[in-house]
Amino acid sequence: MSDIILEARGICKYFYDPVKVKVLNEINFSINKGDFVAVTGKSGCGKSTLLYILSTMDTDYEGELLIDGELMKGKKEKQLARIRNEKIGFVFQFHYLLNEFSVLKNVMLPGLKLGKYSDTEVADRAMEKLKMLGIENLGMKKANQLSGGEKQRVAIARALINDPLIIMGDEPTGNLDKKNSEIVFDIFKELAERYKQTLLIVTHDQGFAANTHRIIEMEDGKIIK
Amino acid sequence: MNYKLIFNIAKSLLLARWKQTLVAAIGVTFSITMFITLLSFMTGLNDLLDGLILNRTPHVRLFNDIKPNKHQPINSTVTYGKDYNFINSIKSSSSRQEIYNSGAIMESLSKDANVMGLAPKIIAPVFFNDGSIDITGVINGIDVEEESRLLHFNEYVTSGNPLDLKNVSNSIILGKGLAGKLIANIGDVVQITTSKGERFQLKVVGFFQSGLLEFDKTQSFATLGTVQKILGKPNSYITDIQVKLYDIKKAPALAREYTQLYGADAEDIQTANSQFETGSFVRSLISYAVGITLLVVAGFGIYNILNMMIYEKMDSIAILKATGFSGTDVKRIFLVIALTIGLFGGTLGLAFGFLLSSVIDQIPFNTAALPTVTTYPINYNPVFYLIGSSFSLITTYLAGFFPARKASKVDPVIIIRGK
Repeated sequence: MSDIILEARGICKYFYDPVKVKVLNEINFSINKGDFVAVTGKSGCGKSTLLYILSTMDTDYEGELLIDGELMKGKKEKQLARIRNEKIGFVFQFHYLLNEFSVLKNVMLPGLKLGKYSDTEVADRAMEKLKMLGIENLGMKKANQLSGGEKQRVAIARALINDPLIIMGDEPTGNLDKKNSEIVFDIFKELAERYKQTLLIVTHDQGFAANTHRIIEMEDGKIIK
Repeated sequence: MNYKLIFNIAKSLLLARWKQTLVAAIGVTFSITMFITLLSFMTGLNDLLDGLILNRTPHVRLFNDIKPNKHQPINSTVTYGKDYNFINSIKSSSSRQEIYNSGAIMESLSKDANVMGLAPKIIAPVFFNDGSIDITGVINGIDVEEESRLLHFNEYVTSGNPLDLKNVSNSIILGKGLAGKLIANIGDVVQITTSKGERFQLKVVGFFQSGLLEFDKTQSFATLGTVQKILGKPNSYITDIQVKLYDIKKAPALAREYTQLYGADAEDIQTANSQFETGSFVRSLISYAVGITLLVVAGFGIYNILNMMIYEKMDSIAILKATGFSGTDVKRIFLVIALTIGLFGGTLGLAFGFLLSSVIDQIPFNTAALPTVTTYPINYNPVFYLIGSSFSLITTYLAGFFPARKASKVDPVIIIRGK
């Protein structure tokens, strides 16, 4: 049981604008430690919506969400922020790096926020993550001097900085060319297999999904497989 | 809370938009500069104008006013004493203007803990004879040293030495306007006639210029002894006792007390010169209003710039929130930005305000009415600097508060999914 990192119990979600539409219907599943899961489905099937609920950023839903055995419902914004900081790493379709900061600082920010390690330790750990992803030479560059593929790798390093329980990705390869997509996929694969990192990736790229360990396929707000 | 990190992020955001930041800070600097300068100058001017009158006015003046006797005989009768009696054609009684028992009153006053000092005075109306023309005027008999110490008499003597009044017998200091009418120079002798018709000759030892032209056309000063001699009175004769208090606010209460205690009329400075206080108050009020308006305008500038910054940095705010920064953290970041602008702009404003008022302080300002003033008056009261700095922080805080709150409420899901 303790292996379960994330569990969804009967999650329903409605959109109210312009009319009430049920976008997620009774979602039940769980993710174990070390799983490399892809959520696929057609555009508009609710997979991104589900991801944002699982990420605790969207709190307007019915049902129960447990992360690391803790119920998320009823927690305050501050507590949820803490959980995101500590336990969840994000990789989005767009990199969302802060242009004001160097690459290294971008990676360090969530670590500094967590405050578990001293500033120099966080810097060391950030450098280590960059090295792991083969981009340690970019550390001192500004975020806007990087190519798309490089940015996405920095974003992955940022997601890793606090050694999260789970990394969530929302179309992480959606904005990349084929070559860079492969690099990013290989990184995820390596993270899953070598470092036993739990990953939950939303993608519509069937090729990407096919190479993961487990596929959750969605259609019209339901899990069909 | 991790304030170091918040300051760090705020700094980076500020420096990334340093031109906008600079414009916002300059707005604050300008308004604080003007605030300080305006208030320093206005208050300096106020002090100067007040000084014209208030410095020379005793806080409490004891004298015997010419007025009808309060105790009319009918009120003392047994039959009608308790009625309300209407008496027509009542006349002022021919009471003496001298303060009775002045020596004892002065001794008792000088022992009063509220009293800083007292200056006895005799006011004697006279005629100055210039050929065939008689000019009405007043000779004030004063104690030169006390009058200088308490009422700044020496500051208004523009030529001649005020102490010569004491050292040269039968001497007089003429008001500048009066001297002009008499065509009298220092060393000349002027002739006066008292109201009783006696003639005297007095030597001019100095000129007096108060800044109030009308006042200088009639007033002159001599020692108590000289005036007593002119009037043919003994040396206990005094018509006014001028009292300077440690605390000017106690004047009205003490004036009432002295009236009761010494049986003389007592007038306090607030009653005598209430219009000056009103004038000063209104002038200060206007300066404060203008200064605060400037600050509020600067506040709107900051508000705009922060709002723009937040729209620009929507993505950054979203990702900060996604990676574990709470709404409070984001709010703090933007508040720190606003307060930094306020602190930086405000401090510069204080410095420039000081500089500008120092410059104004050097500008020559010569006017015939104000002999002691050579440059524009400036009041370097630290209170203005305190108000300026706290106000710059308060306005920037308020200007930052609403944008910061907006930033804290940014929903990362909407931003990230909206792409």
